[in-house]
Amino acid sequence: MRQKKEKQHYWKLKMLEDKDRIFKNLYNDLGWEIDSAIKQGDWIGTENIISKGKDFIIKEIKDSELRGRGGAGFPTGLKLSFAPKEVGSRPHYLVINADESEPGTCKDRDILRFEPQKLIEGCLITSYAVSAHTCYIYIRGEYFREGERLQKAIDEAYKKNFLGKNACNSGWDLDIFIHYGAGAYICGEETALLESLEGNKGQPRLKPPFPALVGLYGCPTIVNNVETIAVIPTILRKGAKWFASLGKPKNTGTKIFCISGNVNNPCNVEEEMGVPLKELIEKHAGGVVGGWSNLQAVIPGGSSMPLLPKNICETITMDFDSLIKEKSGLGTAGIVVINKDQDIIRCMARIARFYKHESCGQCTPCREGCGWMWRMLERMADGDGTYKEIDLLHDVTKQIEGHTICAFGEGSSWPVQGLLRHFRKEIEKRSHGEPLVKKRQDVPYLIDQHLLEKDNA
Amino acid sequence: MSKKKISIHQPKEFKLNKENLLKAENEIKKYPKDRKASAVMPLLYIVQQQNNNWIPLEGIKYVANLLSMPYIKVYEVVTFYSMFNLSPVGNFFVQVCTTTPCMIRGAKKITDVCKKYISPNQNELSENKTCSWTEVECLGACVNAPMMQINQDYFEDLNENSATKIVEKLLKNDLPKPGSFKSRKSNAPEKGKTTLLEIKNA
Repeated sequence: MRQKKEKQHYWKLKMLEDKDRIFKNLYNDLGWEIDSAIKQGDWIGTENIISKGKDFIIKEIKDSELRGRGGAGFPTGLKLSFAPKEVGSRPHYLVINADESEPGTCKDRDILRFEPQKLIEGCLITSYAVSAHTCYIYIRGEYFREGERLQKAIDEAYKKNFLGKNACNSGWDLDIFIHYGAGAYICGEETALLESLEGNKGQPRLKPPFPALVGLYGCPTIVNNVETIAVIPTILRKGAKWFASLGKPKNTGTKIFCISGNVNNPCNVEEEMGVPLKELIEKHAGGVVGGWSNLQAVIPGGSSMPLLPKNICETITMDFDSLIKEKSGLGTAGIVVINKDQDIIRCMARIARFYKHESCGQCTPCREGCGWMWRMLERMADGDGTYKEIDLLHDVTKQIEGHTICAFGEGSSWPVQGLLRHFRKEIEKRSHGEPLVKKRQDVPYLIDQHLLEKDNA
Repeated sequence: MSKKKISIHQPKEFKLNKENLLKAENEIKKYPKDRKASAVMPLLYIVQQQNNNWIPLEGIKYVANLLSMPYIKVYEVVTFYSMFNLSPVGNFFVQVCTTTPCMIRGAKKITDVCKKYISPNQNELSENKTCSWTEVECLGACVNAPMMQINQDYFEDLNENSATKIVEKLLKNDLPKPGSFKSRKSNAPEKGKTTLLEIKNA
């Protein structure tokens, strides 16, 4: 009885209070201009924070257990500590990854247009911590207006001497420049981003060497996501303990969740890490269209993360480790809700088409495999897939995963694996098409039937 | 990687005008002196902007010259990134997002509107040559789906009606006001906020 009572109150107890929210201007109620930002607490005591020294800043971020918000969830403090302690003959760089292109994700856009000063202040503190005097912000080309807004905010910060020589009276010099991408998803991968910044086509580099030692122009470079950098000033102001007290151990703090798809009120909302997925959907996004019983599946962390069927969605909490246990991931926390009115195979086929379009073409498994997966899924959605192909599809995903230079291989094959894991029956029900090449039932392995279809068969 | 259609009608020469040349020089200054190539993308944007939304081959050579790069290197960049157009797209270039989050909220209706009013095929100019449309991958405004981008602006929370109105305006060579078409405030839930409640409009 007592246990039951506690369970009922669980949501209320856990609810994040507004005072603990970092992005108070997420909906632009207060205005993005520098004066309103200062009123909200940005740029207060920045000089003081920097005067405490690099080691203090990095230790504080380590203690806060902040994990990167760009998708991989790498501990930020640790990443910053990889920058060489002493500046040698090569200058250090800080690069901010604002190439937000993961389907289902639109959180950085709101930071760029409504909370630019948080990002800029974060850039100053982090640049100091990693000994960089130049910071590039790589914004996806489509976010032109957001970039314009950020440039205005940067200009405002220069005017107040928060940037430039002796920025914010800290004794540190910093210049921030904006660089636009031009519609390539792959440039969100850090080494591809650096290639693009150097004026090349955005194809990822082999690692090691890691950018922290050999990055932009061959110099030590730290690459971080917008949201990660934007929360750093608040962490340092309120203390690592405060940040670590939110969320769960090793999954601390708050996070902006983007809830899109078949919900009544799609929205962005800042919540505590480890918040139940059901609460996000029901409370903030106004519930699934057609009611919770109409839920089919949820993509929890942007299109690269395997989907979760309804029964898991009932209880799952949104943090890195809980989602990994369910063979998915928090990724960028872009939640795409899919209800039963949608054809789940068609939805994943469209995601496969996205990856086919965005593959940079450098590694063969990805270049060939992404298109192959897409064609197979389209055919399965049409009901023309063959039973045998289901296992073949799974094998193709396995041949891509882990056999490419960058994580695009995983990103493109995991969603398909997720579909096969949870909706195999649905595919089986539909896949009784005849082999396309009827005369040659036994098409040699590694030959895509589609390519044989017309001209070669 | 995206397939590129290169226009057969190319201008004989291309030069940045004075104002844009100044802009270009400012872009080059953002990068270290011996790393001029970094400015290739910003410069291509300036060329594209001056030349009514597309980059002529002479523009590619012009940028290569300015940055002392072999022009094949610039060509490589132009053809890699999907946002550089190599043939005319009209005054208004409509890009409709059709990736899954938009798809499940009815992006097809928006592409149907484009097919009906602009041109039956993608990347084809409308009859009066004011605009063209294309399907694109995720534009990063998923909670405002379905949506489209026209030149630099986002048009969000669309439906068949609002999309039709927008396209009709474009065909009259007029750009409507961008933003949400559901009278909704940025990315907040449509039917009232659930967080940050004590914060009132400034």
